[in-house]
Amino acid sequence: MNENRNPVELFEEKAKAVSAVVSKVASMREAVAYALDVCDKKQACQLLVSGCSEPLSEKGQALCETKQQKVIAAPGLSPEFFADLEGSARERGILCIEKGMRDHLGGVDIGFTLADFGIAETGTLVIISNSEELRLATMIAEFHVAVLPQSKIRETSRDLEAELVALTSVQPSYTAFVTGASRTADIERVLALGVHGPLELHILLLED
Amino acid sequence: MQQAKNLKEYRAELREALGDEFLRQAMDKFARFYPGARARAFAGMDVDGLIREIAEAKDKAAARMDELYEQFKAKAEAAGVKVHLARTAREANEIIAAIAKENGVKYVVKSKSMTAEEIHLNDHLEAEGYEVTETDLGEWIIQLRGEGPTHMVMPAIHLSRYQVADLFSEVTKQKQEVDIEKLVKVARRELRPRYIEADMGVSGANMAVVETGAIGIVTNEGNARLVTTLPRVHVALMGLDKLTPTLAEGLRVLRVLPRNATGQAISSYVTWINGRNECAASPDGKKIMHIVFLDNGRSALARDPLFSQVLRCVRCGACANVCPVYRLVGGHRYGHIYIGAIGLILTYFFHGRDKAKNLVQNCINCGACKAVCAAGIDLPTLIKEIHARILDEEGHSAPSTLLAAVLKNRKLFHSLLRTAKLAQKPVVSGGYIRHLPMLLAKDQGFRVLPAIAAKPFRDLWPRIRPEVKSPRYRVGLFSGCVQDFVYPEQCVAAVNVVAGKGAALDFPMDQSCCGLPVVMMGEIAAARDVAKQNIRALDPGKYDYILTLCASCASHLKHGYLKLLGDDPAWAVKVRQFADKVIDFSSFVHDVLKLTPEDFRKDGGSVTYHAPCHLCRGLGVKDAPRDLMRDAGLDYKPSEEEEVCCGFGGTFSMKFPELSAELLAKKLDHAEATGAQTLVTDCPGCVMQLRGGLEKKGSPMRVKHMAEILAQQIK
Ligand code: SF4
Ligand code: SF4
Repeated sequence: MNENRNPVELFEEKAKAVSAVVSKVASMREAVAYALDVCDKKQACQLLVSGCSEPLSEKGQALCETKQQKVIAAPGLSPEFFADLEGSARERGILCIEKGMRDHLGGVDIGFTLADFGIAETGTLVIISNSEELRLATMIAEFHVAVLPQSKIRETSRDLEAELVALTSVQPSYTAFVTGASRTADIERVLALGVHGPLELHILLLED
Repeated sequence: MQQAKNLKEYRAELREALGDEFLRQAMDKFARFYPGARARAFAGMDVDGLIREIAEAKDKAAARMDELYEQFKAKAEAAGVKVHLARTAREANEIIAAIAKENGVKYVVKSKSMTAEEIHLNDHLEAEGYEVTETDLGEWIIQLRGEGPTHMVMPAIHLSRYQVADLFSEVTKQKQEVDIEKLVKVARRELRPRYIEADMGVSGANMAVVETGAIGIVTNEGNARLVTTLPRVHVALMGLDKLTPTLAEGLRVLRVLPRNATGQAISSYVTWINGRNECAASPDGKKIMHIVFLDNGRSALARDPLFSQVLRCVRCGACANVCPVYRLVGGHRYGHIYIGAIGLILTYFFHGRDKAKNLVQNCINCGACKAVCAAGIDLPTLIKEIHARILDEEGHSAPSTLLAAVLKNRKLFHSLLRTAKLAQKPVVSGGYIRHLPMLLAKDQGFRVLPAIAAKPFRDLWPRIRPEVKSPRYRVGLFSGCVQDFVYPEQCVAAVNVVAGKGAALDFPMDQSCCGLPVVMMGEIAAARDVAKQNIRALDPGKYDYILTLCASCASHLKHGYLKLLGDDPAWAVKVRQFADKVIDFSSFVHDVLKLTPEDFRKDGGSVTYHAPCHLCRGLGVKDAPRDLMRDAGLDYKPSEEEEVCCGFGGTFSMKFPELSAELLAKKLDHAEATGAQTLVTDCPGCVMQLRGGLEKKGSPMRVKHMAEILAQQIK
C-alpha cells in the first residue's frame, strides 16, 4: 500500500494520525529551543493538565505538592546540548535535569529525548531506554518531546528487523516502541490521552 | 465470572444481562463501530496471508514448547533473571507469593494480565497479606468494584461515566465531576503514588522471544512501563504459549494484534525487556526480575491433535467483538474469566467442565468468530466439540439422546414427522401453528412456527420430476428436512428454475436430515451415522453437483462431513468427493448455470437480503446471491448488518428463546428500515425465523427463499 511513499512523509502522516505533534527541525539547537518553548508556553499552573487541579485524595494531593517549579528532564543529551538547554532554561526560571528522576516522580513538564529509530508505517519511535533516567523521563513527563533523525526512519518494522534483534538481544536492555501519547478508552470507549504517561508527544524530525 | 450451576440459573443470568440497557447500548455501539475500524486498519494488507503465517508459526512453536522453554530459560538466566515453570495455577500463585516474601514486599502494582486473572493471583496475594493495585484504568475500576472483566481488551465496557464518577468520589472522598477526561486525570494522579510505594510490579507479557531472551509487553496506557520500571522487583507472568522462536514472528503478531483488537495500527507502547535493568530502588541498583511461565494444561493442549490450535490465540479479543451472543449478554455471561468464543473453550480447559458446561451451549454457531480470528482458529467447531465431550463425560440428556436415536433411523424420523402432521391439525391455521401446547410454547411466543406441510416434497417428487433432454449437468438434490417437510414449495420452485435451464435433477429417497442438529446438541456419533447414510444415498459418483437450498445443510455437507469422516480410512476418499460436489442454490444458478438478466422478467419489486451465516461465512458465498437478485430484475436494497445472524441456530432458538428473540428483532428492524417489500434469504431455517417474526409483528413485509423469488421472475 505504501510503496513508493517517502518514509519521512509517511511517518509524519501516521504519527499525526495517533495525535502526535510533528515538526521538522534543521538542527539540534533548533530542537532544544523548541522544547524550551513548549515548556514555557505551558499554563502558568503547569500541572493543570495532569490532574492536580482535580479533587484528589490526601495521598494524591501530597504528591502534587512535591512539584513546585517547571522542570525539563533531558537525560542522554550530549554535554554540549545539555549545557545549552540548561543555560536557556535557567534564564526562564525552568529547572533542567539530566538525572535524579526519582526525586521528580510527582511529574516533570517536559521529557526531552533522542529517538534511535522511526517506523514510518505506524509512526512509531524506537527508543533505547536502557538508562532508568531516560525511561522515567519518557514515562513521568506530561509532554514528551523526542528528536528523530530523518535518516533513522524505516518504512516497516521488517526493514528494521536486524537492528531490533540486535537491540533487544543486549542483556540487560529495555527497548521501547512509542506511538502517540499514552491513551485509554476504558470509560465508555471515549478516547482520553495521558492516562499514565505523557499527554502529548511532540516529534521533531531532524534533518541530517 | 460466570457462576450459574445449571442451565436454568444460567438463563436467569442471561435475562438479567438482557435487562441491562447501558450494557446493551455500549456493546451495540462497539459492535457497529468495530467492523469498519478493523477493515480500515488492515486496508491494503494481505490479512488472510498474515493470519495463515501466524497460525503456522504458532502451531510449530506449540509443538516444541518444552524445548523453547528450556532455551529461553537458559538465555534469560544468563542475564540474571530467575525463570520458573508453574504446572498449575496454584503453583504459580505460590511461586509469586514466595518471591514477594523473599523480597520483603508489602505493596504490589499490577499491569493487566489475563494470565493473572486465570490463576486468580490477586485473591491469593491479598490472602497472603499483600496489598495489590491494578493500574490499567479499566482493571482498576473493576477492582475497586470487586468485579471481573467484561471484555479482554475493554474490561469496564459495561460501566457508565456516572458509575465511574460515583466510584471515584467514594475512593478519593471528594465529589468528582461526571467528565471522562477529568476522571482519567484523577485516576492518573491517584495511581501515581501507588507505583512509587510499590515494592513489586507484576506484569503479563505478550511474547517471550527465544532468539533474544527478551519479553515483549504491549499496552496503550503505558502502565506496564511504570510497573516494570519503578518497583525494585518485577515478576512477569505468562502462559507457555507466549514463547516465540524469533523476534520476526513476534513482530508479525504485533502487526495483527492491535489491528484486530481495536482497529489500531499499533498500540501506544511496546516494551522489550531483557535481563536485570537499572533500578535505583533496588539494593544493588539492578532490578530483581522473575519470569513465571504457566502451564495449567497448555502442554497437554499442545499434544491434542484437534485442540492444539487453541494455543495460537494472541488474545486480541476480536472473537468477542463480533459474537452476536456476546454482544447481547456481555462478558460475565459469555465466558468465565476468558470471554467470547475463545473464552468458552479456555474455560473448559483452564477452569473445568463445571464452569464451561452451560456456556458452551450458548454458541449459536454463526461462525463470525472464526472469520475474524487473528490466528485462524476454528472456534465454533471446537466449541461444539467441547459440548460433545462434556456430554460424553456427564451423560447425555434425554432429549439429546432421543433426537440422536431418531435421526439415526431415517424411516422412524420421517414417519414421526408424518404423524406430527396429523397431531398438529387442531392447532394449525393459515400454515402456522397457532396454539402450541403450553409446555412447548414456553417463551417461544416471539415468533410463530410454521406447520408441517400437507405433503412433503418426497411425495410430490414422482409427479413433478422433470424430464430434461440432453442435460448439461446431472444434479442430486438434497432437500434437508425443513424443506422436505415444512417448505416443499421452495424445492418445487428450485426445480422450476434449474430444470428449465438444462440441469437434470435427481431426488434420492434415502436421504435424511443432514445431521447438523445432532452436532449442535453434541451428539457426534449420531452425526457420523447420519453423514454416512446421506453419502450412500447421494453417491457422488453419479452426479456433477449435489445441490441444496439450505445454507446450513450445504455448509455441513461440505465442511462438517469432512471433519466427521475425513479421518476414517473407509470414508476419506468418498467424503472428499462428496464435499467437492456440494453447492448452494445461489452459486449453482449464478456461477454454474450462469443465468443472465435475459433469463428473467423485469420489475420484480424491491427486495432486501439476509445473508445466512452458513452461506456468507460457512461457504464464503457473498456476491452470487446479490448479483442474482439484481440480474433477476429486482431492486435490491442492502440492509444494515446484513451478515449478522438472525438468531435461528436450530435448537439454539428453542434453548435460548430470549436471545433468539433479541437477535431476530434487530434483524427485522434493519430489514424493515430498507423499505423493501420482500426479504430474501437462502436458508429455510432463516425463512422460518424471519417469517415467523414478521408474522408475529403483523408486518406487511414478505419473506421468500431465493428459489421462490427467482421462480417468480424467471422467463
Ligand atoms: S460461532 Fe457465533 S455465536 Fe458461536 S462463539 Fe462464534 S461468534 Fe459467537
Ligand atoms: S481466539 Fe482468535 S480472535 Fe479470539 S482472542 Fe484469540 S486470536 Fe483473537
